[in-house]
Amino acid sequence: MSKYTEDDLREELKTKEYEYGFYTDIESETFPNGLNEDIVKAISKKKEEPEWMTEWRLEAFRIWKDMEEPEWANVNYEKPDFQGISYYSAPNSKPKYDSIDEVDPELLATFDKLGISLDEQKKLAGVAMDVVVDSVSVATTFKETLAEQGIIFMSISEAIKEHPELVKKYIGTVVPQKDNFYAALNSAVFSDGSFCYIPKGVRCPMELSTYFRINQAGTGQFERTLVIADEGSYVSYLEGCTAPSRDENQLHAAVVELIALDDSEIKYSTVQNWFPGNAEGKGGVFNFVTKRGLCETNAKISWTQVETGSAVTWKYPSCVLKGNNSVGEFYSIAVTNNYQQADTGTKMIHLGKNTKSTIISKGISAGKSQNSYRGLVQINSRAENARNFSQCDSLLMGNECGAHTFPYIEAKNQTAQIEHEATTSKIGEDQIFYCNQRGIDTEKAIALIVNGFSKEVLNKLPMEFAVEAQKLLEISLEGSVG
Amino acid sequence: MSLKEKLLSSFIVFENQAEVDSYVNEVRNEAIKTFEEKGFPTKKDEAWKYTSLNKILKEDYSVFPKQENALEYKDVKKYFIHDIDTYKIVFIDGKYSSHLSETTHDGIDVCLMSAALTKPKYRLVIENYFNKASNKDSLSSLNTAFSKEGAYIHIPKGKVVEKPIQIIHFSTGDESSTMLQPRNLIVVEENSHVQIIERHQSLTSNPVLTNSVTEVFAKKRAIIDYYKIQNDTQASSLIDNTFIKQKQESFVSVHTFSFGGKLTRNNLNFYQEGERIDSTLKGVTIIGDKQHVDHNTLVHHIEPNCESHQDYKGIFADSSTGVFNGKVVVEKEAQKTNAFQANNNILISDKAAINTKPQLEIFADDVKCSHGCTIGQLDESALFYMRSRGIPEKEAKALLMYAFSNNVLSSVKIPEIKERITKIIAKQLGVNIGFDL
Repeated sequence: MSKYTEDDLREELKTKEYEYGFYTDIESETFPNGLNEDIVKAISKKKEEPEWMTEWRLEAFRIWKDMEEPEWANVNYEKPDFQGISYYSAPNSKPKYDSIDEVDPELLATFDKLGISLDEQKKLAGVAMDVVVDSVSVATTFKETLAEQGIIFMSISEAIKEHPELVKKYIGTVVPQKDNFYAALNSAVFSDGSFCYIPKGVRCPMELSTYFRINQAGTGQFERTLVIADEGSYVSYLEGCTAPSRDENQLHAAVVELIALDDSEIKYSTVQNWFPGNAEGKGGVFNFVTKRGLCETNAKISWTQVETGSAVTWKYPSCVLKGNNSVGEFYSIAVTNNYQQADTGTKMIHLGKNTKSTIISKGISAGKSQNSYRGLVQINSRAENARNFSQCDSLLMGNECGAHTFPYIEAKNQTAQIEHEATTSKIGEDQIFYCNQRGIDTEKAIALIVNGFSKEVLNKLPMEFAVEAQKLLEISLEGSVG
Repeated sequence: MSLKEKLLSSFIVFENQAEVDSYVNEVRNEAIKTFEEKGFPTKKDEAWKYTSLNKILKEDYSVFPKQENALEYKDVKKYFIHDIDTYKIVFIDGKYSSHLSETTHDGIDVCLMSAALTKPKYRLVIENYFNKASNKDSLSSLNTAFSKEGAYIHIPKGKVVEKPIQIIHFSTGDESSTMLQPRNLIVVEENSHVQIIERHQSLTSNPVLTNSVTEVFAKKRAIIDYYKIQNDTQASSLIDNTFIKQKQESFVSVHTFSFGGKLTRNNLNFYQEGERIDSTLKGVTIIGDKQHVDHNTLVHHIEPNCESHQDYKGIFADSSTGVFNGKVVVEKEAQKTNAFQANNNILISDKAAINTKPQLEIFADDVKCSHGCTIGQLDESALFYMRSRGIPEKEAKALLMYAFSNNVLSSVKIPEIKERITKIIAKQLGVNIGFDL
């Protein structure tokens, strides 16, 4: 793997445009299906992990065994068979891509329209890529540039070996093993992920980014991301996801932990366009993700997400505002089409004084999809002068889809100031008529209006992501208007 | 013996005493089975996440009403809206008090559930409406199983009832705690109009638990104004289950004023079964001490072109807790629905808490639905303005809080109720001023 240079990566990235929906023929080493203590131990051994990590995984597994799958979310799906999944797959050799003919032309067309090669992106913004093919990090670039500043950006399995003190100190502190069913599962079997540490007072010079792909058929993907921003530092982290077309439902249960120490700031952006299943609702990725950030004094965490993919999404990026004057933000666009189901939102837990949180959620449902916002704003009794503003807007297209809002607001302090607002509407006929009149066809007009509707959130994305996200919105809603 | 077991064994006695009417008895038997299966709701039920019945259920309630306790009108006059002429249906410990009541059969039926359930002439109405709006949750089923007494109001076509109807439940249980389960049925036929005032009042310091079910049917173009005054003693708890079925172009409004009681839970459900229906749900809650008020509302939009308006205001002092759990469901067919929901709260103590959960579930695209919810404080600058003009702090605060809840009061159509509520609010806020400046 050491032979893998930046030049190789560039070569690889040139072919990126068809990489998305593509089953890469990598000779993978895959574990037998099923999960038990031996498998957990084997994963840990395979990754040459220290003893404490193995123990930590086993502890999580024991907790998971006794847990039940949650059912409260407003989604319907066939429960994955957790014993029917292989919990580890790692590419044996450097990825080699076969001919483009193997790719589903429909998917290819989609990515053509997206039109953004990673290579371009890299040049555009100096993005460092930590390309994750299946579960093991294959390439890490710009490592040196980052290293000069003392920034550690590597795969988590490397980090466990090279920086055990940091990993040991922070892993599981924000999302404990027993947090929920999927977090426990992830803690037991996580295969790889990214680790990032920004030292005191350093402003990370570039946007850090990872791309996840679910590749090996029938492999669950259990990513673990840990981002630590030390005092007074700043980092902007991008996560983009694509997955190849598969008939069988694939499970993705990632855990992301952000730790923002005093006066630091973390900006975490996600664009998720995993395979949503075909127009009949067959296939697609199950996305059950636990994302949570902890803010110390004066720290700020900002989550931005554009969710257009996955058959079932179950995701609540949250902020624990522990320190005084800390700030949490959540900007989200969730688009569902065909038979997609999304139950997403955020949790803002106000513990410290003068904490602030902002929630802007835009849901767009089309086809026969169901789109839910579920959020919690909790003001604890010691959180003086806490402030929250939430806005949830839903846009419905057609009368076979649904939009739902489930906000939970719990205030235990009299100085709390909370505003919550939600609206549901459709695209006005007069708006479309206006566009038609000026020679914009209906589909374009809808794209235009949807973009306007999502603007508040799109604006929060780093520039190159925003372009991609905008196109993604158009593609996801294609054909949803008769 | 837990309350559940006690209720189950009491049902056997109750059933033996009951008159043999096959339809009602069948419904009761079905209901007790449902209750036996489901039991009392716990915090694990999503709808009861923020309200625990545990403490209340620990009391040793006597389930059957005892002998009639007579009350003198002059002693309880203050609980009536007495400055206007009204029909009155009064119950003492669950038993009808003919002495305090004023019922009628003259063109309209304002009488008793016990009569309606037994007399053949009401049979058709009972078979058509009894337990037809109530849902099958455990508490409503429990009430259904023991349904025997309550108010029965039937307004025929095209009748405007010229005076409001008051339904008052007194409990006097001197020696022990009492559990009451009144059951009301209100049917308002086409083009009719009626105003109803409901109140539960305990006259003792012993714990009282009321589990009430009210079913309301509003036919075409019917207009119903329903006022619930909840200003009971600190020992009493109320679980109020109200189910309202509306037919096309009907207008129903329910105003709930919650100031008293230890625990108050309002399950208010609207089902819109026709076009161009208008539903209004409003409430003011001002509580302190360790009181707990939970508003659980549902508006189910089934047909197109309907509207619903919800506006709940709450002021919470001391260690009180408030819950608002409002749900608006818009079905696929219910296009052009206009649903509005607002819940505004003020916390005036560090120990008070509010949990609010306004929900929208929407399946139709051409709708206008919005909800808003705020938790905040009184406006400092407004307070300063008034104080700089010589209004003492307490009064200034009270004025602001009154203004805060005025949105709800402004749609009350009976001036005497408004006046009464205003007085209660003044008392609740500890000031002695008239608000209608």
